[in-house]
Amino acid sequence: MANLLANIFGSSPVMPLEKHVDIAYRCTRELVGFFEAAIAGNWDQAKSIRDTIEELEHEADDLKKKIRLHLPKSLFMPVPREDLLELLLVQDKMANRAKDVSGLVLGRKMRIPPEIAVRFLEFVQRCVDAAKQARKSVRELDELFTAGFRGAEVSLVSSMIEELDRIETDTDDLQAELRAALYAVESSLQPVNVMFLYRIIELTGEIADMAERVGRRLELLLSH
Amino acid sequence: MEAQIVYIGLAAVFGMYMAWGIGANDTANAMATSVGSKALTIKQAILAAAVFEFLGAVLAGGEVTSTIRQGIVDVDRFADRPEVLIYGMLASLLAAGTWLLIASKKGWPVSTTHSIVGAIVGFAAVGVGYDAVQWGQVGTIVMSWIISPLTAGLIAYVIFASVQRLILRQPDPLAQAKRYVPYYIFLAAFTVTLVTILKGLQHVGLNLSIATSYLLATGIAASIAVVGAVAIQRIQPVRKIDKKQHFYTVERVFGVLMIVTACSMAFAHGSNDVANAIGPLAAVITVAQSGIVGNQSVLPVWVLMLGGIGIVVGLATFGRHVIATVGEKITQLTPSRGFAAELAAATTIVIASGTGLPVSTTHTLVGAILGVGMARGIAAIDLRVVGRIFASWVITIPVGAALSIVFFYFFMAVLP
Repeated sequence: MANLLANIFGSSPVMPLEKHVDIAYRCTRELVGFFEAAIAGNWDQAKSIRDTIEELEHEADDLKKKIRLHLPKSLFMPVPREDLLELLLVQDKMANRAKDVSGLVLGRKMRIPPEIAVRFLEFVQRCVDAAKQARKSVRELDELFTAGFRGAEVSLVSSMIEELDRIETDTDDLQAELRAALYAVESSLQPVNVMFLYRIIELTGEIADMAERVGRRLELLLSH
Repeated sequence: MEAQIVYIGLAAVFGMYMAWGIGANDTANAMATSVGSKALTIKQAILAAAVFEFLGAVLAGGEVTSTIRQGIVDVDRFADRPEVLIYGMLASLLAAGTWLLIASKKGWPVSTTHSIVGAIVGFAAVGVGYDAVQWGQVGTIVMSWIISPLTAGLIAYVIFASVQRLILRQPDPLAQAKRYVPYYIFLAAFTVTLVTILKGLQHVGLNLSIATSYLLATGIAASIAVVGAVAIQRIQPVRKIDKKQHFYTVERVFGVLMIVTACSMAFAHGSNDVANAIGPLAAVITVAQSGIVGNQSVLPVWVLMLGGIGIVVGLATFGRHVIATVGEKITQLTPSRGFAAELAAATTIVIASGTGLPVSTTHTLVGAILGVGMARGIAAIDLRVVGRIFASWVITIPVGAALSIVFFYFFMAVLP
């Protein structure tokens, strides 16, 4: 008479995964305000935004651990458990990069040279756009489960991933331009700062790379 | 004469206790998904379950009750000492009831069907003699325990695969759902009605020809489908919650269907599980009243009604709580999934009821849910728990048998 019917359902990872990507995106989104503050030299504000980023990154981390804990090997799911865990991992890395890059800038109180400031903000914004598109795509996960990973919903998500790829290509172009612009002025800057500026550009670009990898992981789910 | 009253009184108490337990716990399986998905309020669910459990028990519960009453033991062996059959059936009821009580306290997944069949086989084989058991019939029953989840799983797979193809994977799932769901409603209503008319109604004294039966079933099912179609047309998309594919609203369309399948499931459950409580009671009553053990004795309808009432009382007293708890936990079983599982399980169980086979409703439903899962319909099923549920009868049968043997010797010593 004990009612075990209720217990045969494992906890579904779908909504937690969507929540996780949302936190990861909100974490990267803070970078826009952070760099605006940094460029303006307003380090108090930059510090407080950096705190928010750290908080969100922690939140994403905790949720990641919780999702993993609730995905035992005995679960029978429509898509391989490993692919979902990989998706979770790259989502988490978007938040990690946002934390890394803001930590580095704040720690060294790095000034972005005025010559490249506008271009730099444009680049950051585009990387955040990529994370946003990744969020939009992952947020279709519940609908994909409903449709059983076939048919019209798959085409819908595929087109979202294509858009994500376009944004990522944009960030690549912007990154190349930004490097060129920095190269043009680098002789007037301190060599150590220049090295770190290149590092910042690279780390920020990785947010878009991770967003793109979120798309790749989703695509893998679609092909099952 | 006094002894007879004691026997009937005891059997009624034990039988009603079993029926109460069945109503309190197992009925939740049929109604919880409908409540969890908000297709029904809890009050509506209890009302619907009460009506359909009762109808199932009375209209279609006769065959399985006959099996429990006189299909497992060879009643001819008791012709010269009918009181032994009474002791045995009392012991079986008490054994199954005790085991279920212990198991539910411990949270073990135990089937009422397995308990009672194990108990009856136990007292007969050990207390009376190895050949007092109709082993052929018992073999068929055990086979049905394996076949029923498989059948339900297969049907559920086919139904849900058709839902995916016709509705969920289409460019406009909402329009497709509104178009096809009435047919599924028809299918659900038709299956249960037809089996009931063909197999059940003889027990209440109605005999219809095959052609009339089919016509009647078609008529009833078509009217239910029309009512459903009207309700479905009224459903409008919710812009705030819906995404592009309107799956939220699509699920609400399936919610209408789920009301029908939940009622079918309650009906099926009543038709099969009432026998676990009332089969032994019926045996005791007929023997005690007439003093003879006969294959031909007719099952009085009021005994089935008694079982039905017991189930409804269980539902009314504890069912609310159980339905609410289970409903919260099985939100993964959204109406588009839940209906497929319920329709498959109800069909399988109703056919088993018509054939007189006591099957486990929970196992059958779990089989159906796995079928939906095989069609990639469920986000996460915990296979460990599924394994534990299916393995439970391996322990339940010997325990039920052992307890029943103990009680049997106790009654032999104590009762007049």
